[in-house]
Amino acid sequence: MSALLSLRDIWVEYGDKIVLEKVDLDIAAGSFVSIVGPSGAGKSSLLRVILGQEAPTRGTILLDGTPLAPECGPDRGVVFQRYSVFPHLSALRNTVFGLECAQAPFSARLFGKARRAALDESAAMLAAVGLGDSLHLYPAQLSGGMQQRLAIAQALIKRPRILLLDEPFGALDPGIRSDMHALITQLWRDYSLTIIMVTHDIREAFTLGTRVLALDKRRHDPHAPHRFGATAVYDLHLKDRNDRAADEDKSITIDSIGNNEEDAA
Amino acid sequence: MRWVNRQMRRSDRLLLGLVPILLLLLFYVVMAAQRHAANPADKILPLPSGMAEGMSALLFEADPLSGQFLFWADTLASLQRLGIGLGIATLLTLIVGLVLGTLPPVRATFGPLVTGIAVIPPIALLPILFIALGLGETAKVALIVLGIAPVMVRDIAAHVAALPREQIIKAQTLGAGSWQIMIRVALPQAMPRLFHAMRLALGPAWVFLISAEAIASDVGLGYRIFLVRRYLSMDIIIPYVAWITLLAILMDVALTFMSRRSFPWAHGESH
Repeated sequence: MSALLSLRDIWVEYGDKIVLEKVDLDIAAGSFVSIVGPSGAGKSSLLRVILGQEAPTRGTILLDGTPLAPECGPDRGVVFQRYSVFPHLSALRNTVFGLECAQAPFSARLFGKARRAALDESAAMLAAVGLGDSLHLYPAQLSGGMQQRLAIAQALIKRPRILLLDEPFGALDPGIRSDMHALITQLWRDYSLTIIMVTHDIREAFTLGTRVLALDKRRHDPHAPHRFGATAVYDLHLKDRNDRAADEDKSITIDSIGNNEEDAA
Repeated sequence: MRWVNRQMRRSDRLLLGLVPILLLLLFYVVMAAQRHAANPADKILPLPSGMAEGMSALLFEADPLSGQFLFWADTLASLQRLGIGLGIATLLTLIVGLVLGTLPPVRATFGPLVTGIAVIPPIALLPILFIALGLGETAKVALIVLGIAPVMVRDIAAHVAALPREQIIKAQTLGAGSWQIMIRVALPQAMPRLFHAMRLALGPAWVFLISAEAIASDVGLGYRIFLVRRYLSMDIIIPYVAWITLLAILMDVALTFMSRRSFPWAHGESH
């Protein structure tokens, strides 16, 4: 499979503190990459570099073979743990924002036919993430899980090449979290997404990801712990999309006594 | 029950809030009555009847020189100056605060200047304003603007700059540029804070208005108070102060109401 995103010899340094050293990665289109690692191992720094929020100290990042500018753009969507949605806009207006920005550079608002089309598209996207009944609520009126659903819908409406998730489910309680896992897996498959997710939760990393990267320091100097940075120490390729889909198909065919009928309905 | 846990019902709160105000009024009337018992011509603590008498001339009789009803002319002149001053300051705050808050290069360039202007005591600028702009309306409005705008600008700029970084990043991943972030992300979130800043600026704005009117004017609430001070006319001064208080409270309530109506998301309503 061809690499959608390539990181070549990426170093991130803050002053004399080295956070990431010599990170070389190729991420294939359609993969779901989980990034795990201890606190301070540079998981979020790596995500920020890919997102374009920070420029790496050294190295290049290629998206489809072209170098990325160190600035965020609509080709990479993001969902943060918090503050990803705009508190002053309703769920629908939050989602339509991305379309308005692209189509109306000066007013950033749409009118008439274009507005109706954008609103319909946004409503459909919100329905896809399970917020079909909450179009006109403000984020403060939504629960934590619903806010994350909204943040995902907001990002997906731009059809990003890569979706970056920075501990997106870290602040949710376990029940909601498993709902969100089901949702993100389904969206990943339905929209053929490429996802990079940073998480603290090893189980989450393995259940969702087709590939798990563990970041840590290869070397450790006890007298100057900040002088060695982290890199990908483990790179595990798990099942890819097709394998996983096949697995699930099988489990459905085995179900001869009809336990899944409720789900199907 | 501990006092920190005693929540008051709305009706109780209103009643309790009235008690100290009524007690204070009662105390004043008793003191005034005592002084009038000793000296019926006392001017220092006029009785309510005295105030009504003193005010009626200003309220209902046209001034023989100017042909105006002085109380209403004063009110109109003062409110006009205050309104124009507050309006200009608010508009200035919105534009400058938004630009300073969202664009780091602009903040680096003009931030120190705004901070510098904000620490100048505005009253110290009054002579300069009178010399430069004359004794007319312009200088008075300019004093109000100069007095309140820098503080408001700093407040709004700091509020906008403190918006979560995640929101600004998210907006960019949704395709927004600097201008779109300014008008669609920063501006709407600055609006409730702007109303708040206006409420807080009302107090200083009145101070600068009264000061400017006291020094050079021929009409206005502040001018009248300082004019009749020469005749110890407490029967005019006290009703005027009460009227200013009432106007200030009404403006504050109106601003709160408008903010709640326009930005329900910022006031945690229906949550």
